[in-house]
Amino acid sequence: MASSTERAVGRSVARKDGIGKATGQALYADDLAFPGMLWGRTIRSEIPCGRVRAVRRAFDESGFTIVDYRDIPGRNVVALIELDQPCLVETDVRHSAEPILLLAHEDRERLATARVDIDYDASPPLLDPEQSSVVFKHIRIEKGDVDSAFGHADLIIEGTYRTGAQEHVYIEPNVVTAVPEEGGIAVHGSIQCPYYVHKALVTLLGDAVSHVRVVQTETGGGFGGKEEYPSMIAAHASLLALKAQRPVRIIYDRTEDMVATTKRHPSVVRHRTGVTRDGRLVAMDIDVLMDGGAYVTLSPVVLSRGTIHAAGPYRCDHVRIRGRAVMTNTPPNGAFRGFGAPQTQFAMEVQMDRIAESLGIDPVRLRERNALRSGDTTATGQVLGDDCSALETLRRAVKRSRYREKRAAGAATGRGVGVSLFYHGSGFTGSGELRLASRAAVELTERGVRVLTSSTEIGQGTRTMHAQIVADALGIPYDQVEVAQPDTARVPDSGPTVASRTCMVVGGILQRAATELRSRIGGMSPAAYFAAHGPLRIEAEYEQPDWIRWDDEQYRGDAYATYGWGCNVAEVEVDPVTLEVRPVRLTVATDVGKAIHPALAIGQIEGGTAQAIGYALLEHVVMRDGAMANSQLTNYTIPTSLDTPPIDVTLVENPYPGGPFGAKGLGELPMDGPAPALVNAIRHLGYDVREIPALPEVLLRHANGSSSSAPWSAVGGVAPSSVGASPS
Amino acid sequence: MLRDDGPLIPLAGATDLYVALNFGTLPATRFVDLWPLHGLRRIAMRGDVLSIGALATYTSMVRSRLVNQRVPMLVMAAREIGGVQIQNRGTIGGNIANGSPAGDTLPVLAATDAVIVARSADAERRIPFAEYYTGYRASVLRPDELIVAVEISPVRGRQWFRKVGTRAAQAISKVVMAAVRDDGTARVALGSVGPVVARIRQTEATLRAGGGIDAAAATLAREIQPIDDIRSTADYRRQVAVNLLRQFWVETEKSGSV
Amino acid sequence: MRFQLNGRDVDVGAHPLRRLLDVLREDCGLTGTKEGCGEGECGACTVLVDGEAVVSCLVPIAHVEGCSVTTIEGVDAGRLQRAFMDEVGAQCGICTPGMIIAAMSLGANPTRREMQRALAGNLCRCTGYEAIFRAIRAADRARASVDGAQVEGAATTSTATDR
Repeated sequence: MASSTERAVGRSVARKDGIGKATGQALYADDLAFPGMLWGRTIRSEIPCGRVRAVRRAFDESGFTIVDYRDIPGRNVVALIELDQPCLVETDVRHSAEPILLLAHEDRERLATARVDIDYDASPPLLDPEQSSVVFKHIRIEKGDVDSAFGHADLIIEGTYRTGAQEHVYIEPNVVTAVPEEGGIAVHGSIQCPYYVHKALVTLLGDAVSHVRVVQTETGGGFGGKEEYPSMIAAHASLLALKAQRPVRIIYDRTEDMVATTKRHPSVVRHRTGVTRDGRLVAMDIDVLMDGGAYVTLSPVVLSRGTIHAAGPYRCDHVRIRGRAVMTNTPPNGAFRGFGAPQTQFAMEVQMDRIAESLGIDPVRLRERNALRSGDTTATGQVLGDDCSALETLRRAVKRSRYREKRAAGAATGRGVGVSLFYHGSGFTGSGELRLASRAAVELTERGVRVLTSSTEIGQGTRTMHAQIVADALGIPYDQVEVAQPDTARVPDSGPTVASRTCMVVGGILQRAATELRSRIGGMSPAAYFAAHGPLRIEAEYEQPDWIRWDDEQYRGDAYATYGWGCNVAEVEVDPVTLEVRPVRLTVATDVGKAIHPALAIGQIEGGTAQAIGYALLEHVVMRDGAMANSQLTNYTIPTSLDTPPIDVTLVENPYPGGPFGAKGLGELPMDGPAPALVNAIRHLGYDVREIPALPEVLLRHANGSSSSAPWSAVGGVAPSSVGASPS
Repeated sequence: MLRDDGPLIPLAGATDLYVALNFGTLPATRFVDLWPLHGLRRIAMRGDVLSIGALATYTSMVRSRLVNQRVPMLVMAAREIGGVQIQNRGTIGGNIANGSPAGDTLPVLAATDAVIVARSADAERRIPFAEYYTGYRASVLRPDELIVAVEISPVRGRQWFRKVGTRAAQAISKVVMAAVRDDGTARVALGSVGPVVARIRQTEATLRAGGGIDAAAATLAREIQPIDDIRSTADYRRQVAVNLLRQFWVETEKSGSV
Repeated sequence: MRFQLNGRDVDVGAHPLRRLLDVLREDCGLTGTKEGCGEGECGACTVLVDGEAVVSCLVPIAHVEGCSVTTIEGVDAGRLQRAFMDEVGAQCGICTPGMIIAAMSLGANPTRREMQRALAGNLCRCTGYEAIFRAIRAADRARASVDGAQVEGAATTSTATDR
């Protein structure tokens, strides 16, 4: 056996895909050529609610392939949790931009100019989630006796908090190419979860295909926006490709992508918190409302994670959390990094600052007093182990940022400073990982070893990190490990690339597979064994830690195998003339268990923090008649380099024994904290903001002028707009 | 060609028109490409008048010593128009022709009483900025005319410019103000608070008459007609316009300006 | 349409209003330049025309007649590319070609502000820009030490500046 030179885990080794990306040689979905390819286009509903009366094709149809719901050989659904979302409208329209008709043609110009006129019988759309009585999912979490516990509180603080939708803005829009092959269909595309697409196509196409193959191409960003949505675009491309018996590519332009695909669920969260004079949380009653859009998609799971995290990383004996995800006639909302937790932890963390204000206690002290510690139980009754780092991350971030000194200096300096404390469960909730039953494999090659998983590289470093884990588990150099392209014909189903599970869960399975392989090949190097004995492949399946107990009915027990922990301190300035919020610095301390690749870990934290800054301050989805009105990058503004402040990251490594080399999940954690930290910093300057995005227009509504030293801050001079004002 | 083969849309740096064309929202199909007309890029003095060719890019204006000297607030506007890539191709003639009420150079031209030089096959005419726009994206420019230059006479007083956008860079303005103060009088122009970029004459009159900044602010709040749109609200635009006026007045009180 | 592409003369038959981006990707087979928005906002399509960074989705091919066009495939940016790899300046990588081309306009020892301004027209959704700044600084340090070594080699009394 070749002795391992340096260990790979814990070092910032060269990314497996570094060269390709730096030179422009990496091939993304739209860079690939398929002979005889047609282009596809989706004709979409122009109304948010009603029925289609007639579809009139008013163009020269020569050379066109045309598909509607009648061409679907299997079931007209895009299979996910429920089977309620059609692939193509039959008659009922439930949201704007719902797909009705598909066209394909060789000539993009003719495709783009083909005119289709649709007659509708429109019905009044339901657009306000607070008015919706169609509930996709109810969740109730109870601990102790909240109602009587309020009787023991010295003070009760109430608050309502709102978060808006957020669009992913992966720089590469959705794109897939469907290719008929040997009686079946292959889909090559920008996809986070090839097996989700596989399952959806099998249901859609039924016996019309002998097999379905899904291949993930190099992907230019996902963030959850390519978790479930690609099943829809892949379904469309496949239907066209099967009818035409030619490859068909559908690529969305930025506007179509923004209008038609999923977004982060908007939320309204109501808090009622009972506290003692000295700042102990004694009763928490929380109501969570999420707007799911027109179909169920992943709303039950987003709600699940949101409600489980709604009480924050705090100890409290009496908690009630009620959540509901409801229907509106808007394009379905879906997965987005954080998956419900950014919404509910925003509410919790601003509520904490308001509690601190009411009690006259420092916000950090309040959090120290109530932060979860090892041995404490969460709202679902989970007892926390040694890998509980709430206090450590709080203290590190507070110290490094010099929060106390800056907070005391206060508004007089014109600089607000705010804190947030947060956590994020790694992997699927409760029994989710058991149900996924993920598998991963390693096999010998001429040069070493190949990793086989359906986990996708979407920028976060999957290939690199999996190779590091396998290299060290085998005791071989990192360079001898290659990673197979996720192709459902070749790799096992490792579950989706979501939920911060790719390292902890799938990496863990790989570690076991590699360890088994190592014992099988004895003292030989992989290459030598391959040469002597031929191929060898070891596949392993997920093993649930035996201590996990979860009750899906009662929503009680061990919600997650472990948690990542984090603290943010945000410093802002608010321009008194324009009320623009300028973030000055974001200090982050996070516990990730073990950073397999420190530079990648820091990159994920920096990137997630920047994305959350956009969520907090800049990104506003403007809906008109149930459709996104500002669907261009000119008008939906994500942070540019000039909008992003220095982000200072401290990594804490408090190992989780059940994760490979101690690693926990990390991809989503950074999303949970910045928004409330920024809003708490804005509040420090005297603006009573309880919603995001905290646009200047929002600050105008909440300004009380207390921070002004400039003569032009007479913001009371003009009556603030009452549109959308949130009740206090 | 414009006279005989029209209607033709002149195309310069392509940073505005081309987007609409590619998205299928531009009804025009015939263009005359001005990009190769290098003579229209020239920035030069004609006596004491600064002449900026219509095809001068934002980058060339930012780098021009003459522009920096005569009208530094135009440099400020040019630097905030978009990323470097847009500045390298977008032109001042394009900004004028596009006629958006959010066009960032336009308040500068209004506040300095710039003159737009338009040429046709037979003639050339000089149109004062104040007379150029007749309504939302409408101007007195005839179909057979091209904008060839914009001229700026010496600017007396201190210059001031501020753009309030949707983010720190690459932003369409919510409110944009350019102003020149010469002791007690001011020339003030605002963009994004009405259908055209215009001087706020009533507000200027209040200042000139010695009414004081509070009275002027009140006049301004009544004089402009901002709207709610996908980027901002009428209330915000109104309040910020007032705040900008105050900021301008305070900052040009002291020595120096831009 | 005749122009220089990555140092070579090319002649492309294309409608004058065809986007330079499409000519590069489809007619010339150079897929390193990416489309992210088609409206000149994201910068993923940035190329150099006569040494200036432009967004190729907003350049009609007629406007590069007689010009020199440089894409990521032909750019002389080895030091910067290596720094991007070492500092993980690329995560998903889709913004990276445009980002590298835009970064080439920076001079020596750029400040944070200068880097921000040079890259304000290039959106990145993955990195939060920090690693990109680290990569630019690393490339600058590498350049400085090479330059410094050359100065020393020329034998003078001054020492190479350590930036």
